[in-house]
Amino acid sequence: MRSKFLRNLLAAPLALGLSGCHLVLLHSAGAVAARQSGLMVASVFLMLLIIVPVLVAIAVIAWRYRASANPPDYDPDWEHSSTLELVVWAAPLMIIIALGAMTWIGTHQLDPYRPVDHADYPHSVAPGVKPLRIEVVSLEWKWLFLYPDYHIATVNQVAAPVGVPIQFHLTAATMMDSFFVPAIAGQIYTMPGMQTVLHAVVDRPGSYRGFSANFSGSGFTDMRFRFLGMSAGDFARWVARVKAGGGDLNRTAYLRLAAPSRAEPVHTYATFSPDLYSRILDRCVEPGAMCMSGMIARDAGPARPAGRRP
Amino acid sequence: MTPHRSALLHFLLGRLTASAIPYDNPIILWTFVVVATLGAAVLAAITRYRLWGYLWREWFTSIDHKRIGVMYLVLAIVMLLRGFADAIMMRVQQAIAFGANLGYLPPHHYDQIFTAHGSIMIFFVAMPLIVGLMNYVMPMQIGARDVAFPFLNNFSFWMTVAGAVLFMLSLFIGDFARTGWLGYPPISELRQSPGVGVDYYIWGLQIAGVGTLLSGINMVVTILKMRAPGMTLMRMPIFTWTALCSNALIVAAFPILTAALALLAMDRYVGTHFFTSSLGGNVMMYINLIWIWGHPEVYILILPMFGVYSEVVATFSGKRLFGYSSMVYATVAIMILSYLVWLHHFFTMGSGADVNSFFALTTMIISIPTGVKIFNWLFTMYRGRIRYEVPMLWTIGFLFTFTIGGMTGVMLSVAPADFMLHNSLFLVAHFHNVIIGGVVFGAFAAINYWFPKAFGFRLDPFWGKVSFWCWLVGYWVAFTPLYVLGLMGVTRRLSHFTDPRLQIWFEIAAAGSVLIFLGILAFLAQVYVSIRHRDALRDATGDPWDGRTLEWSTSSPPPAYNFAFTPLVHDRDAWTDMKRRGFVRPAGGFKPIHLPNNTSAGVILGALSLGCGFALVWHIGWLAATTFAGIVGVVIANSFDRHRDHHLPAEEVDRVEREYRDRLAARGSAR
Repeated sequence: MRSKFLRNLLAAPLALGLSGCHLVLLHSAGAVAARQSGLMVASVFLMLLIIVPVLVAIAVIAWRYRASANPPDYDPDWEHSSTLELVVWAAPLMIIIALGAMTWIGTHQLDPYRPVDHADYPHSVAPGVKPLRIEVVSLEWKWLFLYPDYHIATVNQVAAPVGVPIQFHLTAATMMDSFFVPAIAGQIYTMPGMQTVLHAVVDRPGSYRGFSANFSGSGFTDMRFRFLGMSAGDFARWVARVKAGGGDLNRTAYLRLAAPSRAEPVHTYATFSPDLYSRILDRCVEPGAMCMSGMIARDAGPARPAGRRP
Repeated sequence: MTPHRSALLHFLLGRLTASAIPYDNPIILWTFVVVATLGAAVLAAITRYRLWGYLWREWFTSIDHKRIGVMYLVLAIVMLLRGFADAIMMRVQQAIAFGANLGYLPPHHYDQIFTAHGSIMIFFVAMPLIVGLMNYVMPMQIGARDVAFPFLNNFSFWMTVAGAVLFMLSLFIGDFARTGWLGYPPISELRQSPGVGVDYYIWGLQIAGVGTLLSGINMVVTILKMRAPGMTLMRMPIFTWTALCSNALIVAAFPILTAALALLAMDRYVGTHFFTSSLGGNVMMYINLIWIWGHPEVYILILPMFGVYSEVVATFSGKRLFGYSSMVYATVAIMILSYLVWLHHFFTMGSGADVNSFFALTTMIISIPTGVKIFNWLFTMYRGRIRYEVPMLWTIGFLFTFTIGGMTGVMLSVAPADFMLHNSLFLVAHFHNVIIGGVVFGAFAAINYWFPKAFGFRLDPFWGKVSFWCWLVGYWVAFTPLYVLGLMGVTRRLSHFTDPRLQIWFEIAAAGSVLIFLGILAFLAQVYVSIRHRDALRDATGDPWDGRTLEWSTSSPPPAYNFAFTPLVHDRDAWTDMKRRGFVRPAGGFKPIHLPNNTSAGVILGALSLGCGFALVWHIGWLAATTFAGIVGVVIANSFDRHRDHHLPAEEVDRVEREYRDRLAARGSAR
């Protein structure tokens, strides 16, 4: 036990130095994630412009003015210098102006709601590629993926062809989770009765780790899935395999699936009820449940002026 | 819970049954045995040495701000041991739970531990630390004899204790919340958390919150109304300035927490739907509300510590603080900006790019006044003559650690980067970087700095240095791996891992937490050794560090009335100014001093609130109603108490002052 710990301890810096690929946040397989981590790294370098001098200054001043050295320029009443005051306010201000501009632009460009297309990502997406739609539902404690374009559904596994923009629509059944595939794109919350949107693209084929990044209860730890990046041909074969695998995710099957379970194995469905996702979002999958949209419409009542109704 | 309980039992005990005692869980059972043994030993010792009367008269019922301040600090250190026990349990679990090994904590237990760790460390360690320090130091810094509302101060303390006790009870009766320290819905709603855990959380915080809010009002009024003549706002010591801003934040922010928790309690108790997923409820409202309180809260904690560092740096550099006005404006700017950044805690909730950008920018802007402060401390040291006593070591450790923590904080504020780092161990490393590096280091600097004032002897420097180095190295060993793990895409609150490459980092982190544990032990050893060697460490002057502010102008420990005559302030560093002008201690002309009487009302109200909270947790209606009526009754009865104050006779003041002058004369000093 002890020797294993020591061996690992010696190996740790080596592993970090030689194969930085463990640091998935700095080695992305998706263009969106690559830009997000690029922004992260750029912000560090920008800040180091001021952090490094400050750290050095702390060390130098702390040593130079130690009492035992009896500093000759000791001045107990020196408390003000307009020049220095100007510098200490202006220096961080300059850095923050630069960083702020970078962040403002980056936040708009990398807004998860903004579609991924050729204009923004010329190296990842060819012109005129139609995006792939995937609907994501976080359940207790597994991930359900619906492909409205292919009418197939999968649990704890999601696949997408390389170079095709992916448009995720996400919601949750009961808990609040966060959908996160670090290699592909930043995360976004999933919340019951509400929908969030995330756009991404995968650049390299491979199997990537996905999970919930927001604590959602006792099965949260095992709430993992695989994100498979595939060539167009492989993806077509994968869809065909799922189709051939059978299974129908109708409302009854969904309610069975939605019951809490831990470490759910991957399984797939050849079809699903076409209105399943909208009913999950509207919180009326259970037979007889009133849809939220219906409830809101009824609460709004007939008294509202006719022209104002959306 | 047995379904066939008699109606009488149900009426008497509510939800409480024998199965609520987790005697089947060996970890909790052993914890209970250890806590019970230690508790019994302490109680036996108090009884053996006949200390009950002394504690009751001199401490529990005391409304002297100094006694209350010390009691807050004792509470914080006791709760630090509990919060740290949770921390080390988590570190061990994460270091061993790989692959086939599931660790020793099942999720339902592990989830309680990280919830308890977070909420206890913030509400019952960090908050009592800063409230205790402000209580002890601030009135003396402004030349006051006590706070504005002395009884309220005692009451606030006992409400905080009641909240802490309710949290501790959850360890042995029932269980604690499994929601994370902020109790986000939907997981904190009745459907997802039907047990008593969230209720313990809600009522513990609501009771303690009353204390925090009242103490905030008390201190704001004290600072605004009770400063010594001549002490204008711009002559206040920086610690008092930061205390003012921190308490202004408390007064404005804590009602939001109270409201958010009250709405959550209504969802759980009376079937409303404020934050549920159906019938119009919305979890996003809770998340916004809790962070509109939560972000100011982190500045409530750090601002007073900025004040501590300012006092320590100026004193031990033997120099006036550089850029006093900059420091004040920076503090006020942080206070205001802290209200405009809350959304950065949930950039990932799907707000639009404009909203995210706004909050990203406001967050970055806070780093400007914070950076100014770092520079000002640096320039205070510049051209100084720095004595490396223990408080100054903590301050240097803080400067290094906090600067790095600030940088990772700004990284997190870049919204697109936050999409990657949100909820990761990188985030966990960041906020421990600033809370340990800022608040905890500051608390130890402050304790080492003001301990001689409070008890009349210094803390042993050797054990102080051991504690400092263990904490500093321990912090970096424990949390650097978490930064790395965060960049490896590891999220927080996981109780088990499959990827073996992660394990070494968790093992290093666990080793770091052992170092921090040694740091805590060294601090306890420091206190013990200092008490043993108190005669050698004695401070007869009342001014052991060549201090600059008014608290050093009194004896150590100060008399109940602090100042025989209210000082006149002519300069910012009032005591340095007095020393330079050759201040001579007055030898006569003392007048009787008006002082408040001790009262047991605070203890009684705290106990009743604890009973009421416990009854609400377990749905024991009669007990909740009785204790609540009791609270109202005691408050009314207490307001008719006419024996609230007394005058300390002039002869008594004369005697105390003469003794102090004699002690000074024995050392050949006139001051």
